[in-house]
Amino acid sequence: MSTDRLAVRKTYKLYVNGAFPRSESGRIYEVTDAKGAFLANAAWASRKDARDAVVAARAASAKWSGATAYNRGQVLYRVAEVMEGRHAQFCDEVAAGEGLSSSKARAAVDAAIDRWVWYAGWTDKLGAVLGGSNPVAGPYFDFSVPEPTGVVAILAPQRSSLLGLVSVLAPVLAGGSTAVVVTSKARPLPAVTLGEVLATSDVPGGVVNVLTGDAGEIGPWLAEHDDVDGIDLTGAPAGQAMELERLAAGGIKRVVRPPAEEPDWSADPGLSRLTPFLETKTVWHPMGL
Amino acid sequence: MTRLFEYAPAPESRSIVDVAPSYGLFVDGEFVDGSGAPFKTINPATEEVLSEVATGTAEDVDRAVRAARRAFTRLWGPMRPADRGKYLFRIARLLQERAREFAVLESLDNGKPIRESRDVDVPLAAAHFLYHAGWADKLDWAGLGPGPKPLGVAGQVIPWNFPLLMLAWKVAPALATGNTVVLKPAETTPLTALLFAEVCRQADLPPGVVNIVTGAGDTGRAVVGHADVDKVAFTGSTEVGRSIARAVAGTRKKLTLELGGKAANIVFDDAPIDQAVEGIVQGIFFNQGHVCCAGSRLLVQENVHDEVIASLQRRIGTLRLGDPLDKNTDIGAINSHLQLERIRQLADIGEAEGANRWQPACDLPERGFWFPPTVFTDVSPAHRIARDEVFGPVLSVLTFRTPDEAVAKANNTTYGLSAGIWTEKGSRILAIADRLRAGVVWANCFNEFDPTSPFGGYKQSGYGREGGRHGLAAYLKGATE
Amino acid sequence: MTHALDPDAPAAEIPPRREPLAPYRDVTRSDAAFRAYLHGLPGVDQVGAEARTAVLGTRSIKTTAKAWAIDTAIAMVDLTTLEGADTPGKVRSLAAKARRPDPTDPSCPPVAAVCVYGDLAGVAEAALAGTGISVAAVATAFPSGRASRAVKLADVRDAVANGADEIDMVIDRGAFLAGRYLDVYDEIVAVKEACGDAHLKVILETGELVTLDNVRRASWLAMLAGGDFIKTSTGKISPAATLPVCLVMLEAVRDFRAATGRQVGVKPAGGIRTTKDAIRHLVLVNEVAGPDWLSPDRFRLGASSLLGDLLLQRQKLRTGHYSGPDHVSVD
Repeated sequence: MSTDRLAVRKTYKLYVNGAFPRSESGRIYEVTDAKGAFLANAAWASRKDARDAVVAARAASAKWSGATAYNRGQVLYRVAEVMEGRHAQFCDEVAAGEGLSSSKARAAVDAAIDRWVWYAGWTDKLGAVLGGSNPVAGPYFDFSVPEPTGVVAILAPQRSSLLGLVSVLAPVLAGGSTAVVVTSKARPLPAVTLGEVLATSDVPGGVVNVLTGDAGEIGPWLAEHDDVDGIDLTGAPAGQAMELERLAAGGIKRVVRPPAEEPDWSADPGLSRLTPFLETKTVWHPMGL
Repeated sequence: MTRLFEYAPAPESRSIVDVAPSYGLFVDGEFVDGSGAPFKTINPATEEVLSEVATGTAEDVDRAVRAARRAFTRLWGPMRPADRGKYLFRIARLLQERAREFAVLESLDNGKPIRESRDVDVPLAAAHFLYHAGWADKLDWAGLGPGPKPLGVAGQVIPWNFPLLMLAWKVAPALATGNTVVLKPAETTPLTALLFAEVCRQADLPPGVVNIVTGAGDTGRAVVGHADVDKVAFTGSTEVGRSIARAVAGTRKKLTLELGGKAANIVFDDAPIDQAVEGIVQGIFFNQGHVCCAGSRLLVQENVHDEVIASLQRRIGTLRLGDPLDKNTDIGAINSHLQLERIRQLADIGEAEGANRWQPACDLPERGFWFPPTVFTDVSPAHRIARDEVFGPVLSVLTFRTPDEAVAKANNTTYGLSAGIWTEKGSRILAIADRLRAGVVWANCFNEFDPTSPFGGYKQSGYGREGGRHGLAAYLKGATE
Repeated sequence: MTHALDPDAPAAEIPPRREPLAPYRDVTRSDAAFRAYLHGLPGVDQVGAEARTAVLGTRSIKTTAKAWAIDTAIAMVDLTTLEGADTPGKVRSLAAKARRPDPTDPSCPPVAAVCVYGDLAGVAEAALAGTGISVAAVATAFPSGRASRAVKLADVRDAVANGADEIDMVIDRGAFLAGRYLDVYDEIVAVKEACGDAHLKVILETGELVTLDNVRRASWLAMLAGGDFIKTSTGKISPAATLPVCLVMLEAVRDFRAATGRQVGVKPAGGIRTTKDAIRHLVLVNEVAGPDWLSPDRFRLGASSLLGDLLLQRQKLRTGHYSGPDHVSVD
């Protein structure tokens, strides 16, 4: 009965600078579910798409990093709200892509939404927890504040297509950096949907740029890009991480190395993913009459 | 009676320092021969050979790392944190007690004025040990995550501009957090590190906790590249920093880098001009400008440019250049012939590119390496002297018209270590400080340092912080900072 | 000599406002203009000023430089007694010491001036006749300055009539702190007028002005009004002369000469007790204002006990061994 209707097959696009362009390369690739059945076509991002995404992320950086922490927190919370509305869609995509039971998929989606809430609450605590005044031995007031690193490239986890993705993306945004994300290659659909969520929430265009495609292909361009300040190699293809880290060394980028194997993303992340893309700025001023 | 107040020579006595004709490596609590060809370390103010120092080869480094590993596993790691702290307190006290000796030796080997080694380098080095001593048994309260654990063996490579102070910045936090170290001092300034080795023995620090392996680039590469090193800490040029970052890529080694800079020192028209001029002088001529955070780009608001430059030139005319051991010397010797050549080359390029070179009338000693304090005006942001780190007493002056332009020019660099702001307006200070992409911002001051205050860069000036609570994270497992 | 005072008269006695030197002619045209000018002077960062003097304080002045500095300091001393108990005998004794600070050594230079209250200026003048040593008298209701302008001007004329070559006046700190800068200015102009040929030193009493910003403003005010010297303190208020205050005043006279061509002197007074203190001040003069100020015409040290220590140190340098207080005459 349900097979009577012919499905409308969708070709997804990239999410760059608040818009949904096709890949400039014109390339697409087939996305299948865990059993190999066709799900959708995804845009296959090229190095030029990555270049455009970096330009967008840089352009969005001043406003996003300059927003009040209070405002950023609410924007991130809004992402959770909008995701909640698409809960079922996320569950279907996670279940199909990751081959999870519906209850496990639901748990992953729940955790992903809750992770936005967790990071939404961090934005206006970071300054107090990671900064402070320094009691220097002289007539100076001296204080340190955490500041965003700038533009961060993220090679998202290959396996955990939503919870893993949110776990590496949300902390970068919470800290005030903007992001260029390369999604899981085989399981990009939750990321695409997240892009749609972001576009319809309050996250300004360019703050998050989602590239579906091959981290192995785009990764080196991002790692070597002089206008990328940091790179998270979590989803780097096995065997390529060292080369990417070497490329990133040229620009003294902040690098998060990939774990030996993909971690259990449901664990409490603590501050471990916030601090790598924060800089500490220390300001001195004399105290005199 | 003449009306000129000529300061008679007031040299600090060398007799307090006993420089040995040759030095070995300090490995596992003993001075041992190095396997490489020894090298000479000279007094850059006179070119006199001070001593011959061993070169550590890869095998020597391996011995040092093994000693450090043994000490870490058997002794220093398991030691009661409070006792580790007490060792650091001991070291701090010894540095204070032998302060004059260290200061004289530092000035001899480095060429910096005794006033600075005596009043800045050595007291700050002692302060770093004192500060970190207290942390040793309080790491649980450092806010760096639960039950912080040391990494293991730290390989540390330090520069020649503040030899003892950079040693303290590296060794004190490493030991306080329970790591052991293999440290390579710069090849032109090994002597205070070797005297520090003696202090370690005097403090009865267990063998292997601190190992000092002298040598040049190859030795440094061996330290950084050793497979059993858990942590690499480097201070030096961005170029070498890049190669170190490449070398540790794909390993488990935790890396912190403190690299070059091209700091903007921004002077607004409402600045306290006399203090700003002092800050400019302190920013670029402190330690002959051999300072990674030196205020080498003066950004002065155009409407006070002439007034500020006139004051600055008059002030520079009062700087006293010469014998580093003379207590009245403000500008000492350039650390090495190599560095002198680089400074000369960049200054010549500055002139060739059309900037205006100004130097005070200034007699340079005949022997040794010297470069007079130099100011380039009419510098454009496109000039190399506005972009490249000179690491010498050379100031490039640029102008701006509005706060936005000042910030844009200040941030227009691949570096991001430090910056200065001079203005009487408090809200402007905070707004500009907020927008500067630099790890340390000095407002109405410059080149102030303190062990409680985190230091380190944005962008290609490196990553990680030294000093303060933040600095501990570099030496702790899974520390979230 | 006495003066009849008519408390209602002074307004008529005050001459029309004298304009400052070019390029500052118009800054005193109104209260508002003068205030705007003085408040527009660059601020002084206290910590920076202290840091600068601390570094200069580490200058190591030894051997020949020290000998030169000690003799120069002696020649710059305004040997001072400003006590209610001052008598002609005390002043004569001080004058004798001023002429021959070290009776055992004729090569020791005399001091610059003897500084007394105006009523004793005549005694000092008599005791110093023909020596070239100046007689300085404090006036203008020293040290508080709290009297009518008529009284202050009478005080000045009295001292000058008694033989004072130099008048050390106090500014009206109350007026200054209340922001009535033109009143302070006019009073200095009037006092300068009353001085005739006598040199005018303007005491800012920096211990009551408190901030270095105020010290800079008051310095410029006093220079614009025609003071020949600006002087830190009466010696009756603590803190008196401090190195940062002296630094700011030296910067002021340096900048004032650059702008107007007129060279104003500086006199720190009070609290300078040791040779080391004096040498630190000379280093400050040398490196901040410049060697042009290293003469008694341009720099004075207001002190009483300082001379004794300078002499002890001088004897030590001359003989090679330490001296003691009994080898220097008491005042």
